[in-house]
Amino acid sequence: MTVYAEQLSCQELVELVTDYLEGALSEEEAARFESHIGTCTGCRVYLEQMRQTIVVLGALTVESVTPEAETGLLEAFRGWRSA
Amino acid sequence: MFRPFVTVGGVVSEAQLVEALRGGDEEAFRELVREYQPSLVRVARIYVPTQAAAEDVAAETWLGVLKGLDRFEGRSSLRTWIFRILTNIAKTRAVRDGRTLPFSALDPGRVPEAAVDADRFLDPEHPRWPGHWAVSPEAWPEDALLAAETREVIAEAIEALPATQRAVISLRDVEGWSSEEVRNALDLSETNQRVLLHRARSKVRAALESYLQENA
Repeated sequence: MTVYAEQLSCQELVELVTDYLEGALSEEEAARFESHIGTCTGCRVYLEQMRQTIVVLGALTVESVTPEAETGLLEAFRGWRSA
Repeated sequence: MFRPFVTVGGVVSEAQLVEALRGGDEEAFRELVREYQPSLVRVARIYVPTQAAAEDVAAETWLGVLKGLDRFEGRSSLRTWIFRILTNIAKTRAVRDGRTLPFSALDPGRVPEAAVDADRFLDPEHPRWPGHWAVSPEAWPEDALLAAETREVIAEAIEALPATQRAVISLRDVEGWSSEEVRNALDLSETNQRVLLHRARSKVRAALESYLQENA
């Protein structure tokens, strides 16, 4: 087992979660992250919560254009076309 | 619904779409408006102070798109090109209105924002467990996560974000754009995009946590 010079604290780990999920950590940093997650229940739950947050965000209904805005823009389009 | 630009095999090519627009095809324009108008307004809010001003900027952007169509050469994606037009118009307007833009509206700044309140952790000088959870997060009940009310909590949390973070999380996580697409549309560096996304996601998680705890 690798012994790391300095272990991540939980407070440090939460700031690396997005970098970790985005694949932006170096191999060494990712290993440090995973080694912490492997032994820390609190951080494992935290990481899972971030993943769940992303899933629920993805399930939100994408906002749609208001009918008024769409009508106005289509009128502008017709104006442009006939110009 | 009649959707000529979504075929069984997938979406038609961008070049075909541009051709249709140049030819004055209204359905093609409607498709484009439906796809991008809400995002354009959201991104415009980074630069202008009100929803109404952002809607004006978006409307002006569409005019710019139509006027510039003949000059569009496909060197960037149509989406990136449209968002560049938006950004230019929004910046010009901010200057015209005498609004001084912050050094860079898109720079998350050097002031760190904690993903989780410091008081959730033990002291960094704690003899045994420095920076360890003082109050550990607890697993969320799956069914509560899927409830309609939970979605409302998330929508409110997004609305409460600063405009730049709101734009990034909406495009990435709600609309499902890739990090590259968001960087191109907003002209953001990779690092800044990630910092903004991190701050936004962390705040939405915190809002969810406090809601789910209150209602446990």
